[in-house]
Amino acid sequence: MPREGILVHNPYRRMTDEQIRQIHQASVGILTNPGLVSFNREAVEILSSSGAEVSLIADSDNPCWTVKIPERLVLQALDSAPKTVKLGARNRDNILIMNGDEPRVFLVSGSETNIWLDVDFPTYVKKAAPSVEVSLAEFHQQRGTVSHLCQAARLAEHLETLDAFIRPVNIQDKDITIANKDVNKFFASLNNTTKHVMAGLTSLDQLDNVINMAQLIVGGEEALRDNPIISFITCLVKSPLQLVDDTTQTAIEICRRGLPLVVSSSPQAGSTAPIKEDGIIVQINAEILAGITLSQLVNAGSPIIYGAVPVRARLDNLADSYGAPETSQYNIDCVQMARYYRLPCYATSGVSDTKVPGMQSAIERLFSDTMVALSGPQYLHCAYGLLDGNSIFCPLQAVLDDAHFQILRYFLTPALINQEELAQSVKQITEVAGASPRVYIRYIRSVLRRGRLSMPYPFEAEGRGDSVLALAYQRMNRLMAEPVDHIDSVTTDRIFCQIPGILPRLNIYWKGKGRE
Amino acid sequence: MSQDTIARLKENVIQGRKTKDDEGVDDSLSGTPGVLELTRLALEEKVSPDIIVNHGLTAGMQVVGDKFATKEYFIPDMLASAEAVGEATAILKPYLEASNSEIKGKFTIATVKGDIHDIGKNIVATLLRGAGYEVVDLGINVPTEKIVQMVRENKPDFLGLSALLTTTMLAMGEVVRELEASGLRDKVKVLIGGAAVSDEYAQEIGADAYCVDGFHAIKMVDTFQQRKL
Repeated sequence: MPREGILVHNPYRRMTDEQIRQIHQASVGILTNPGLVSFNREAVEILSSSGAEVSLIADSDNPCWTVKIPERLVLQALDSAPKTVKLGARNRDNILIMNGDEPRVFLVSGSETNIWLDVDFPTYVKKAAPSVEVSLAEFHQQRGTVSHLCQAARLAEHLETLDAFIRPVNIQDKDITIANKDVNKFFASLNNTTKHVMAGLTSLDQLDNVINMAQLIVGGEEALRDNPIISFITCLVKSPLQLVDDTTQTAIEICRRGLPLVVSSSPQAGSTAPIKEDGIIVQINAEILAGITLSQLVNAGSPIIYGAVPVRARLDNLADSYGAPETSQYNIDCVQMARYYRLPCYATSGVSDTKVPGMQSAIERLFSDTMVALSGPQYLHCAYGLLDGNSIFCPLQAVLDDAHFQILRYFLTPALINQEELAQSVKQITEVAGASPRVYIRYIRSVLRRGRLSMPYPFEAEGRGDSVLALAYQRMNRLMAEPVDHIDSVTTDRIFCQIPGILPRLNIYWKGKGRE
Repeated sequence: MSQDTIARLKENVIQGRKTKDDEGVDDSLSGTPGVLELTRLALEEKVSPDIIVNHGLTAGMQVVGDKFATKEYFIPDMLASAEAVGEATAILKPYLEASNSEIKGKFTIATVKGDIHDIGKNIVATLLRGAGYEVVDLGINVPTEKIVQMVRENKPDFLGLSALLTTTMLAMGEVVRELEASGLRDKVKVLIGGAAVSDEYAQEIGADAYCVDGFHAIKMVDTFQQRKL
């Protein structure tokens, strides 16, 4: 049985049907005029041979072309792109089935942060009354390592609401290089969670090594096609409207191999896209449509996901402001555009602008996660543990997020109102009206036991204080200590024999020192 | 056989199944006899009422209390068990009297004058019955003089006063003053509870204790009883 996700009934809409149609028409218009600039030669050749209008801008060491994509090619691509995309998993109970027509939301971690944020709780003594002691959270930043990524994947395995894993930690160990980064991040992730693993690719040279690793785990090429335990995310567009050479080539090669790909774009309203809502939406939609068109020309029917990472610029430093409400508005608009095209949608929510877990983080996440989830994206990168935009991963925050998504999941359950339910309730009311005492408490239990009631906030203090962080920390430590179902020893041996570059300390069956 | 009946009785208390028609916590006992049927069966099997109370009802309630403390159980679970035990105790009452078994204590409870809120009071009464106390519930909007008269005539060990409103909590102080004026104050422990009141208020009006909820009330009356011994 695949994971259930959250089926959103009556998804929240910002745009009317007419506004969606207008955005689509304007996006298609942009693809023909002014079109895109491509720095990737093969993309130009593919698009040109299919009827796109191409002209060389500069014939130098770094050539680029203007590409004008006719509406006909876009519509063909939208027609051939699969409306249902399956993301596999080592544990088949963790498979995700995403249908572009169905607003079933799967919650996913994400980004690739440089900093791992640890926490402890030192005790302080009140100066005026030395007998009074308090413990306060103290946070410590560390440079992200492969060991941290293993821990993040282990934690992800045990976060109940998390449906799939995108590596949230950038591995920066001294022995990690461009040449071995991809195999290590995929192995560290796959070995520590049985959920679906998605990541970007650092080096195209490593694509086949990563795919071979996945094939070894599931039992071959056909088995991987049936159960794609890995997928990729590639931002092949640099906003505004430029096809980047290396990421575009990566997207082409992934599509050739038929593995699922998020075709993403991440413009920043105010700097790399217009600050107005309609402006950034029409541009990001054009950029994603260009990527989808290319992917389907490479391999018609290759599984792709409409990938939206629009964000607003902060006006004090021009950094990304994920906490701004506009960022959530843009994402909701993109979800609507993807639904218009009947494609599964990757959207973003919940990233906070603050650097530590606390009030700001909670409030920014509350609005963003609730509203974007309500719009019904199929693959929601909802920023488990992310802080300071997307530069910090804090496992404590991820545990808090998991608890809050349980509340959100309950909040999004549909109204259970029908004749049978009403008849039961009217019967209860009639019984209580004639009874003494006139209370309904005795009827709670059957509803409670059927899982139809939400639970109290899990990190509530016993007394008058606020113990949220301390209680979440206890839960984090419990989850981190729980075992995970690693890749078996025989397969691990094969992987270490056949896939070059994986750090020996990642082999949990190796008896030497330094195991992760 | 009788040991099996007492074990089943305890399990049904834990599940909060008063009769065979009740679902319990997990449906595992569906259709089988509940607390009331098993209490009667135990009596037919000539099990001593003390054994039924101590090894069946009280032992079961102890487990329920533990599960509530660890948040595995919630108030509806606790109430279902307490209600079942309270009704089973009523069945056993004549047998307990005949065998000279002592009840844990007599408790009179009332919502004070001017206040008609009774959910909390009813829960406290149910839980106390489940804990083995004999409870007389005077109801809602009870005049001070009626409460004092009840204390004079029935001589309860405890008097529980409930008020939800800040406007009606003042009647609690009036009850305490009238008990003093009638020379009854030292004959009964006065416990107060309700959303409007607090520990400080209990001290201010001269009550013996403020109880946060029904479980706290049980703890308080048990403590007072132990001090008597």
